[in-house]
Amino acid sequence: MIQVLKCTVNGKPVELGIDPRESLADTLRERLGLTSVKKGCEVGECGACTVLVDGVAIDSCIYLSVWAQDKHILTVEGLQDENGELSPIQRTFVEEAAVQCGFCTPGIIMSAVEIVGSGRHYTRDELRRLISGHLCRCTGYQNILNAVERAVEEVHRTVGK
Amino acid sequence: MEVGKSVPRVDAFDKVTGRARYADDLCPRPVLEAKILHSTIANGWVKSMDISRAQALPGVVKVLTCFDVPAHQYPTPGHPWSVEEAHQDVSDRKLLNRRVRIYGDDIAAVVAQDALTAQRALELIQVEYETYPPLLTPEQAMADGVKPLHEEFPGNVLKRHVSEIPMPESDFKCAGDVLSFPGYHQFHGHYETQQVQHCHLENPVSWAYVEGGRITVVTSTQIPHIVRRVVGQALGIPWGSVRILKPYIGGGFGNKQEVLYEPLNAWLCTQVGGRTVRLDLSREETFQNTRSRHPISFDVRAAVDGDGFLMARECIAVSNQGGYASHGHAIVSNAVTGFRQTYLDQLAHRSEAWTVYTNIASPGAMRGYGIPQCNFACECMMDDIALQFGLDPYQFRYQNLMPPGYVDPLNGITCHSTGARECLEKGREFIDWDRLRREYQGQSGPVRRGVGMAVFSYKTGVWPISLETSSARVVLNQDGTVQLQLGATEIGQGGDTVFSQMAAQAIGIPTEDVHIVSTQDTDTAPFDTGAYASRQTYVTGHAIKKAGLLFREKVLAYARELLKRPGELDIRGREVVDAASGEGLLTLAELASEAFYSLDHCVHITAEATSQCKENTFSFGCCFAEIEVDIPVGKIKVLNIVNVHDSGRLINPKLAEAQVHGGMSMGLGYALSEEMKYDPKTGRLLNGNLLDYKLPTALDHPELHALFVETDDPSGPFGNKSLGEPPAIPVAAAVRNALLHATGVAVNTLPLSPQRLLEAFRKGGLL
Repeated sequence: MIQVLKCTVNGKPVELGIDPRESLADTLRERLGLTSVKKGCEVGECGACTVLVDGVAIDSCIYLSVWAQDKHILTVEGLQDENGELSPIQRTFVEEAAVQCGFCTPGIIMSAVEIVGSGRHYTRDELRRLISGHLCRCTGYQNILNAVERAVEEVHRTVGK
Repeated sequence: MEVGKSVPRVDAFDKVTGRARYADDLCPRPVLEAKILHSTIANGWVKSMDISRAQALPGVVKVLTCFDVPAHQYPTPGHPWSVEEAHQDVSDRKLLNRRVRIYGDDIAAVVAQDALTAQRALELIQVEYETYPPLLTPEQAMADGVKPLHEEFPGNVLKRHVSEIPMPESDFKCAGDVLSFPGYHQFHGHYETQQVQHCHLENPVSWAYVEGGRITVVTSTQIPHIVRRVVGQALGIPWGSVRILKPYIGGGFGNKQEVLYEPLNAWLCTQVGGRTVRLDLSREETFQNTRSRHPISFDVRAAVDGDGFLMARECIAVSNQGGYASHGHAIVSNAVTGFRQTYLDQLAHRSEAWTVYTNIASPGAMRGYGIPQCNFACECMMDDIALQFGLDPYQFRYQNLMPPGYVDPLNGITCHSTGARECLEKGREFIDWDRLRREYQGQSGPVRRGVGMAVFSYKTGVWPISLETSSARVVLNQDGTVQLQLGATEIGQGGDTVFSQMAAQAIGIPTEDVHIVSTQDTDTAPFDTGAYASRQTYVTGHAIKKAGLLFREKVLAYARELLKRPGELDIRGREVVDAASGEGLLTLAELASEAFYSLDHCVHITAEATSQCKENTFSFGCCFAEIEVDIPVGKIKVLNIVNVHDSGRLINPKLAEAQVHGGMSMGLGYALSEEMKYDPKTGRLLNGNLLDYKLPTALDHPELHALFVETDDPSGPFGNKSLGEPPAIPVAAAVRNALLHATGVAVNTLPLSPQRLLEAFRKGGLL
């Protein structure tokens, strides 16, 4: 059984046949080749498959693709600007040495895009809470928090200028 | 200087853009999917299996069972192969096994057109078992009359060994005499560590296909060259007809220092005509069917003289090996050796180590290789001795530490450099030890605070216990940059970055001019045994330095040929210069262009070197932790924590710091929350998923502080020593000792979970 999914992925309109039982993670990885969407548990425990659906971070492994009908989906592949410049959060991830094995990285970056884009300030503890749905075994979250914190501050400084 | 600089990771851009390819990202789609049938008993035999309904399911390509696999057994650990039969790894498993040794053992496999069909087919297989009671502890497994898990080991003891260090002249005949001498303080204690899992975010995944009559396996591994050998051994085919590709991997921490499912994947591929087959493990399978850290119980004794010097110690360690040998006796053997090494015994030391088969999920290598376990025992013991005999725990450790120049009396590993004392001093100052030890004395009330510490030593690589060798190749590009090709692997730790820095340093060029080939293809990557034992910056570092210097000589020889001028030449930046004046004579781009395309003398300048490392050295460090404990709730909150490390010269300080953060985090999980738990009735793992297995989240962490004392180790290629594993070692004992300081209650079993603490507080009269 095949259904047609129409949505926007990383700014481009997409129309494709999907199995109504399949997860958005599988659609993005298996059908669209967006392999930044990582699978670490497939039951919404680890956060590695996080993408934004209409600007909200979700675990794409427990989100049915049919729910994405007419929605806007953003993955890490869609973050670089037209000149190839990294987004602020990607840049601070590099500069703060927040990347190690890199497997949790795309998912956390997508949550951070939501955090940074909120236009709010956060305490360190609030940031800890906001990224606590992402498991990372390499970093102890220390440099990841530094990267998110810095991206939030930098975007705040430049917004409205 | 390229070494010593915090250059950004060479793979960071690819990883933040999602462009870095991991094993499954490279797999062609659609692809045949393999799924494994796991036993629903922990101990027994598969008597028969009915696969007819599974085979008849549309979309199923092949069903294979434990009755179909090759009869021979093969080894799985990521050790260099030993050419001496007596030292070869234990071969105790088949591709699929009729003898069921763990709950969830691999007994059949299905290859189907898609994963769902394969999964459904598994559910249609009927299995008849002969069932024995599960044996979950060494005591149960060693009891009289139990069935052996492996017929080669009738008592379920894989190995036991006893060793004593040679004693100086005295009236004492053996360690036992010293330990029972009434003139010394006598101490004995019992400590236990739990089974934990690596929890790398990427589950093991591989895919295999046959091309040109040879089998290729693309896999998430730390040890591609070893996987090649073991796939050959398991399938009974020449090792040269196996090709392994290792792309980026999503963490390993020792679990992927084991040949996990690559042999089965390869064999299934050969059974369906060589078509591409993917074997993608679930998180639950990763917990149940791949490796973990051994639970080890320790009985220790010590004799301490009136001045607080260790006269003798004894360590009896019993390691629960689960159903399969994996790394065999090597890990508990390393544990008792590590127990011996950090402090000096003036007179005697006795070790006794047991490795016992049971029916729990088989442990193997995990960050620290037995040392996190023995460190918990050793460092709890040091605090308990100090408390019992009125010694200061800091001073007691400080005065007994391994001295510079120490040579291990049994394996000869030598302390070539030590910053251990400086590490202790730095940590003491950072945490404000003296003030907190005073302030937190004699508290009352339900919420109390304490401060604790732990010290460790750790060797670098595996020599002389096993072979240490590495090869490196440097290849000139047309623009004067180079490629660096290695068999050593990037597994997240930052290997590729520091390897590039080392090559740049040896050749004399900027790090950005070294293009490292991150993927290992065993057809082209030089031989190296892979990422384990914190060995690569040390052992591979020597090979890179050797190949880099050789390459540099070849470039300079070609430059002399071109320049035809007297005087010494040097490579600086991107130029060949006059060594004396520094005057630029020829850019490397010009030289390369000439070498590649000269009509007179064309040569592709490359250099390759093998470095067999017959040396080892100790790194050191410590952890200081300040905690608050809520006694009625049994909850520990870590208020402040610091690790201080002497890993010799740091190749990349920023990455070194990040490595320490990760190790501390793993140590905190080990200390407080992580534990694999089993149903005693069935032997089934109860919490083999990331929800029920309590892996620390960002919310569970304090700020992590990493400090260093840099020594210059004469045996390291750039003064460096082991760093990868050590940060995970001392944290659990430091937290436990802080709890002892806060409450006076000694909790001797990990993890320090609320349930365990409440029990201990009740027993200790606090509740």
